Amino acid sequence: MADLKSDFLGITSPNPFWLASAPPTDKAYNVNRAFEAGWGGAVWKTLGEAGPPIVNVSGPRYSALHSNERRVIGFNNIELITDRPLETNLEEIRQIKRDWPDRALVVSVMLPMNEKAWADHVPMIEDTGADALELNFGCPHGMSERGMGAAVGQVPEYIQMATEWCKKAASVPVIVKLTPNVTNILPPAKAAKDGGADAVSLINTVNSIMHVNYDTLTMYPTTDGMGTHGGYCGEAVKPIALNMVAEIARTADTSDLPISGIGGITDWRDAVDFLALGASNVQVCTAAMVYGFKIIDDLTDGLNTFLDDKGMTAVDELVGKAVPSVTDWQYLNLNYVEKAVIDQELCIKCGRCHIVCEDTSHQAITHTVNGERKFEVIDEECVGCNLCVSVCPVDSCITMQHVPDDEQPLDWTRHPNNPMRKT
Amino acid sequence: MPDIRPHRLDQAEIDKNFADLHPPLKRSEALIEADRCYFCFDAPCTQVCPTGIDIPAFIQKIRSDNIRGSARTILEENIMGGMCARVCPTEVLCEEACVRNTHEDKPVEIGLLQRYATDPVIAAGTQLFARAPASGKRVAVVGAGPAGLSCAHRLAMLGHEVKVFNRDPKRGGLNEYGIAAYKTVDDFAQREIEYILGIGGIEVEDGVALGKDFSLAALRDAYDAVFLGLGLALVNDLNIDNEDLPGVENAIDYIAKLRQADDKSSLPVGRNVVVIGGGMTAIDIAVQSKRLGAENVHIVYRRGPDDMSASEFEQQLAKTSGVAVHHWLHPKAVHGVGHVEFVEFDKNGQPVTMEADVVFKAIGQRMADRELAGELQGIDLEYGKIVVDDQQATSLPGVWAGGDCVTGGEDLTVSAVEHGKVAALAIDRYLGGDNG
Repeated sequence: MADLKSDFLGITSPNPFWLASAPPTDKAYNVNRAFEAGWGGAVWKTLGEAGPPIVNVSGPRYSALHSNERRVIGFNNIELITDRPLETNLEEIRQIKRDWPDRALVVSVMLPMNEKAWADHVPMIEDTGADALELNFGCPHGMSERGMGAAVGQVPEYIQMATEWCKKAASVPVIVKLTPNVTNILPPAKAAKDGGADAVSLINTVNSIMHVNYDTLTMYPTTDGMGTHGGYCGEAVKPIALNMVAEIARTADTSDLPISGIGGITDWRDAVDFLALGASNVQVCTAAMVYGFKIIDDLTDGLNTFLDDKGMTAVDELVGKAVPSVTDWQYLNLNYVEKAVIDQELCIKCGRCHIVCEDTSHQAITHTVNGERKFEVIDEECVGCNLCVSVCPVDSCITMQHVPDDEQPLDWTRHPNNPMRKT
Repeated sequence: MPDIRPHRLDQAEIDKNFADLHPPLKRSEALIEADRCYFCFDAPCTQVCPTGIDIPAFIQKIRSDNIRGSARTILEENIMGGMCARVCPTEVLCEEACVRNTHEDKPVEIGLLQRYATDPVIAAGTQLFARAPASGKRVAVVGAGPAGLSCAHRLAMLGHEVKVFNRDPKRGGLNEYGIAAYKTVDDFAQREIEYILGIGGIEVEDGVALGKDFSLAALRDAYDAVFLGLGLALVNDLNIDNEDLPGVENAIDYIAKLRQADDKSSLPVGRNVVVIGGGMTAIDIAVQSKRLGAENVHIVYRRGPDDMSASEFEQQLAKTSGVAVHHWLHPKAVHGVGHVEFVEFDKNGQPVTMEADVVFKAIGQRMADRELAGELQGIDLEYGKIVVDDQQATSLPGVWAGGDCVTGGEDLTVSAVEHGKVAALAIDRYLGGDNG
């Protein structure tokens, strides 16, 4: 069996799965249950300033994007940071760390944009024995209206400033949690690094409105008739997160920043995605909120089996494995040809490949051959777009196969049709 | 005396036995089942549907919670989509063609989904089709079964005035009188007919028979076109000794009696029931006899299981209902003193007898061709049925026909509905319409 033991910034945990800062980590009761279930670590739900506690709405905080069998595909929330007194949280964090010394316990923090606030609060939090701080520069609703959360995360200068204040007061590692509600993730990541961050974690939630209530024609959900955008997470956001993680991991300026990967991790394969694209560990929230803490068993067991199958003995061997395969479009080999091949033995003759190719692509799949219902690729027309593979309901029925030729590799930077080509 | 009496089972048991064979889907079930549809290109299910319902399209609309739109997609091809959802042998039609059979050996439950989509509009009486402007043309429809009513509805839609001549006291033909009770509960046949007639422009006269109360010649004079949906009014005889012995009954008559009975427990039921035949009617009467409380029910068929016109599902239904099915037995004679006591069969030259206090004949029906010979003059018949072309036109100008009374029919509700629809479109063109 591979060793799942994880070391992130010197913080060790029995496995690389931490619960992300969110409702599941708001209280000692929940975190205890999580650690009993086997989670490697937890990032405590974001603490704010000392003083009167945060107030949440008393109506719906969550809503979901469902499949027809009501599987949760995407998830939305308008909950704010912890609404419990700071002292209570600090006391519970201290107790949990004492009870579970082998688990990673990181505390998420959100403070106003003044240095004093950081200087005052960071030592209090460190005093609990917590392993690290995670700076919440991502919360996209409510807190951002008060000049914190995503309001900071969307301005690289603010990220750097707040990170510097925090680092000045902190002795434990500082992780900056990034918002995806930006057009380019690299400047925020670079700003965190320049501010002295030890690592980044991403992504936080994506601004979202779930849908309209078809009876009332108001947005859904509402509180007393009015609603506001929330933060979107769950399986649906994973591809957005993976791209941002890979961007940071493959860009020279930021590639040395350790990454804690977050965004829609539901089973162990999602974790493999994040790790292979450059994350050193992963954080999970939505899957736990949808299924409970027990999913940790599939996450660890699946990852373990996978590493064994790959002949890897530790998670670190997987980290970043796929990063070298990510590049810019302009460097793709335009002379490399693949075409779809339909396995007639597996084909159930639904014709989906034909109609999507016919209607929306390249008219490269037949529907009738010699008077019989038969779906075959017309090689001369096939551009290898992968649409048929994507829509085919049968696993492995349609595959892309390389057509070997003698052409030398040629990318856009040297392509004769490119007026700016390198000569 | 043979042991034939009512009240073999109490009311609660009867109610249970005659409850819906396939209970309707709940919304959550329907959504999950609809999700299983692959939305095939040129869908094989639609290709084999006699009425050509765009099945993936109606299922897609269930998926998006557009139930009324889904019902419209179904009913615009098959106005009896509600009944067909209940009685179609889907296992040999759409569901057999479903590509899910290749993928995982379990087709999409198309029949149940079709019922899910159509039940609400029929329950609410929501009319989904408007009538075209009045054409000023009048069409006579003989028969108020699936073919006749389908034809009448489409003609009304196309703007014509329709008069339906119905032989029976109630409307619906075999939908009302011939379908096993557990396939159409809650008086669905009548509710569906009310819905169909709700479009307007259709007048129905009940209790009037061709050749007795009116003549085809008179209809041809009085109307611009005529559609014959006569059905198969008579039951084939076994042509064996003592066939008219008391206790030997027509399955069709008993099924009708059962459907019309307010209190099913009051129906007389034999202890030993022998059903002769191998079609849907044989299965229906055997299963219903069992469910009414008959102790021993046997279906006896002269050929093998593959030759039975009852589908495999129906044959299974009989077996799981406790009916014994026998093959390769030829009926030779009925025996008994004053009442049937046993039936004699021939098995490869060996006589086999079977105890029986009731014998049901279910070896098919026939059109009253000889009885109506005078009326049908000028109409080509073949094997006792009306010959039609692919537009359901008979050899007599201005006269169309469809349903079980025409040659090449499949004796299915859904085929009859299609005949009626095709004929209506042809009649409309004949009357100067341009339905394409």
